[in-house]
Amino acid sequence: MLIKLTGGKVYDPANGIDGELRDIYVQDGVIVATPPDARIDEEYALQGRIVMAGAIDPHTHIGGGKMTIGRLMLPEDHRGDPVCRGDLTRAGCGHAVPSTLTAGYRYAEMGYTAGFEPAMLPANARQAHMEMADTPMIDKGAFAMLGSDDFFLRQLAANDDIEAIKDYVAWTLHATQAIAIKVVNPGGISAFKFNQRQLDLDEQHAHYGVTPRQVLLTLSRAVKELGVTHPLHVHGCNLGVPGNVETTEHTIAGMEGLPVHLTHIQFHSYGTEGDRKFSSGAAKVAELVNSHKNVSIDVGQVLFGQTCTASGDSMRQYGNTGSASPNKWVVMDIECDAGCGVVPMRYRDKSFVNALQWAIGLELFLLIEDPWRIFLTTDHPNGAPFTYYPHLIRLLMDKGFRNDMMQKINPDAASSSVLASLDREYTLYDIAIMTRAGPARSLGLKDRGHLGVGATADITVYEDLADREAMFATPVFVFKNGELIVKSGKIVKVVQGATHVARPDYDKGIEKSLRSYFERFHTVGFDNFSLSDEEIITHGYGSLVIQPTAARV
Amino acid sequence: MSDVGSAIEFDHVPCPFCGLLCDDLKVVRTRVTLKVARNGCSKAIAGFERVLPTASPQIGGRNVRLNEAVAEAASMIRKSSSPLYGGLATDVGGMRSVMSLADHSRGVVDHAFSESVGFNMKVLQSAGWIMSTLTETRNRADVVVIVGSDVHTLHPRFFERIVCAETSMFDKANKPRTVVFVGEGLDQSAATGPRVGDVITLPCALDRVDEVVSALLARMRGNPVAGDSVAGVPLLAIEDVGKKLNDADYSVLVWAPAGLQTHDSDLTIHAVSDVVRLLNKTTRAAGLSLGGDEGATTSTSVCGWQSGFPTRVSYATGAPDYDPLANAIPNRLASNEADLLVWIASYSPDLVPPDTGLPTIVLGPPGMNLPGSPAVFIPVGTPGIDHSGQLIRCDSVVSLPLRNLGRSNNPSVASVLSAIEAAL
Ligand code: SF4
Ligand SMILES: [Zn+2]
Repeated sequence: MLIKLTGGKVYDPANGIDGELRDIYVQDGVIVATPPDARIDEEYALQGRIVMAGAIDPHTHIGGGKMTIGRLMLPEDHRGDPVCRGDLTRAGCGHAVPSTLTAGYRYAEMGYTAGFEPAMLPANARQAHMEMADTPMIDKGAFAMLGSDDFFLRQLAANDDIEAIKDYVAWTLHATQAIAIKVVNPGGISAFKFNQRQLDLDEQHAHYGVTPRQVLLTLSRAVKELGVTHPLHVHGCNLGVPGNVETTEHTIAGMEGLPVHLTHIQFHSYGTEGDRKFSSGAAKVAELVNSHKNVSIDVGQVLFGQTCTASGDSMRQYGNTGSASPNKWVVMDIECDAGCGVVPMRYRDKSFVNALQWAIGLELFLLIEDPWRIFLTTDHPNGAPFTYYPHLIRLLMDKGFRNDMMQKINPDAASSSVLASLDREYTLYDIAIMTRAGPARSLGLKDRGHLGVGATADITVYEDLADREAMFATPVFVFKNGELIVKSGKIVKVVQGATHVARPDYDKGIEKSLRSYFERFHTVGFDNFSLSDEEIITHGYGSLVIQPTAARV
Repeated sequence: MSDVGSAIEFDHVPCPFCGLLCDDLKVVRTRVTLKVARNGCSKAIAGFERVLPTASPQIGGRNVRLNEAVAEAASMIRKSSSPLYGGLATDVGGMRSVMSLADHSRGVVDHAFSESVGFNMKVLQSAGWIMSTLTETRNRADVVVIVGSDVHTLHPRFFERIVCAETSMFDKANKPRTVVFVGEGLDQSAATGPRVGDVITLPCALDRVDEVVSALLARMRGNPVAGDSVAGVPLLAIEDVGKKLNDADYSVLVWAPAGLQTHDSDLTIHAVSDVVRLLNKTTRAAGLSLGGDEGATTSTSVCGWQSGFPTRVSYATGAPDYDPLANAIPNRLASNEADLLVWIASYSPDLVPPDTGLPTIVLGPPGMNLPGSPAVFIPVGTPGIDHSGQLIRCDSVVSLPLRNLGRSNNPSVASVLSAIEAAL
């Protein structure tokens, strides 16, 4: 089967292509070079429409226990967005924490072909993968959370050899079918179980005596030396706390050049200036990111309306429960492994704090220079549901629109932000980097996020509309593995994406200590803890893509 | 595998017979007979070792081939305006198939234990809570409070594996735990051994446990309580428990929703969660809900992520509609608002459909104790014995892979329902 996409305007930053009219050929799901005189089975005349690789969301909470807690807790939110069964699609519901099925459909309908669950607790990995298997249309993958699990903290406190720690990290990637490692409030989730209510970068864990700085350095080094492409994915200390810009500054400086991805950095860019002791630290953070090439970030943009925050950060989520709206929330201590906090949130444009959060996110987008190191996220659903992405893209691409929106927010917040003075408008090329090429490169997805020969044919075609929100909300065509799955923003074929994993080598000797640890302390046996390939492939009509890792050092 | 006459041993076998999903059993199979050789409780032994009669698919009590039964079931579902899918005692794969079929046939989804799961859901949806899990509790709890439900009877290995576990991570001197029972007549026999210190009982009638919890909460808040006893329990004893909780580093308040005998058990759980929330202002504490038997947690979770709501969802309008009253199968039956019941069980032969005049399709384990002959009966395998699968544990966090121990060739619920859906 040979498909030709004729005459599209192609934005493919991974291959340096910036809006050139080109033809793209797809054979059996893969992009191929121009075949000399092969018979074209299907041709799409694109007539200058915009062509990009399928979009990739590198940080979206789509699967796992805390999302299902959010779903079960908020029937009122779901009732506002019921989704009927269609000719091809299953019923479900949308808004803040959509049903898995609806999430998959809506991602595809927006031109996304992959999404990565960034906070998979190893103890909950099996369920996270079940939920992702029930998220159709898109490829997925997950980051396994470490850093507050007692096995690692015991290793660290005992000054274990870094090689043993690396073996444990690698084993975790295998056992949980993950592609990357995430750390959330390093050591802090565990510290909260010991009744510590905050844990700053150099503060000691009450039981283990280790500090977040040690956790970060050790895990970042382990991930790097294992050859895992995606750097340690860091949700830092003091999430949401005014003044945390200092923590962020010390974190970046303290990484000693080790690669690190700082996630939802908007929530970590708060100062304490002004009457309300809450101010933007975006300029400071942007300057640091600009000058530290070892750092990449995603924003976690806040957009106004009802949503639900869900995080592994039980300590900080407990601290945020006073803002819960509606007033109900869940905090959990989980399996000597991690924790979670689920707190519904309504961001209001007339609230000083919320409006400034909105502005801080946009400031970060506009002040951080290198689009290859910043990814477009709302930290779905923490800052806003992912369905708001087209709106966010318009805010970035259209200064006039941005200024109009600024008129609507709390005036004190507007006047305390530098946003109005920022003239930058993202180009389509920038957007293609930030939503495709950048995440793919960072995550180590060799054959996704670009349109070069050999790439998997995940392709999105847009109408070149002046209203960028409308443009990105409703792609003309979306192809997944070379199959047309969405036409004019509507699903025309339901497919199941693959699960991307990374499997660095490790010394199986670590399994002996793990087995004894499980026997002594856990309620699940070592042999039943790991997820088999079979569990990913059979039950969920899924498939696995093992992305390459570099040699271990 | 050639195993005629010879015994095969299976180690680290997860047990699907209650929500704890203990996974350390050793089970030996000799042909079609299973023997629990290590670590099974009485429930596990009853479940694994039950002698399975041969059973055939039936239409109206007459033996038929599986494909005929599937075709008949599909035809009945096709004609129904809104079939009720009840029981739902199955595994993740089975529940996925239930959801798909209910969505397709505009049906109603209601687990046999939705009522007691619903107590928890009401609390979750009105206030939320602070919760723990089995491993966390095993390693961390210094005070364990058993609230108004007979945990030892419902989950026979809870004390052995969680409260009395030989080793735990954070008690250097293996400090004994305080165990408090709220309610009289709860089986306390397992609260013994080197790990258990004081055992305290607040002996009220089980239907008055809510009064004692409310008094505890009031006193912990510093509010007065009239009289010097509550539901027959001296106020001083209640206050003393409050003090123990305040002094604890990590107390865990445990309940099994189905075991609560108070009138509005959701309010009891709400009050327990209030106690936990209050404690967390100064120290750490958490709730722990047990239950989850007959795949109840699995059913709630799969329904939750696929529809956005707990069970008691109707697809009659095409979109999921959650209404815990209107979509309760007992209420539908009582108000004659139904034309077909599809009952799904795969663990206990005693989880039978309600007595109803409605045409009924039953997927159940062979030897199910059915009152009469349903319109269609299809024998199915038990997940973790007759086929592999996955189940979610009572804490809604951990799930276990279930093994195929090769006892029978009875099909899984998932495969039968998929065949029915394909034939719609
Ligand atoms: S306690 Fe429950 S899970 Fe454990 S062996 Fe008994 S029935 Fe099985
Ligand atoms: Zn996140």
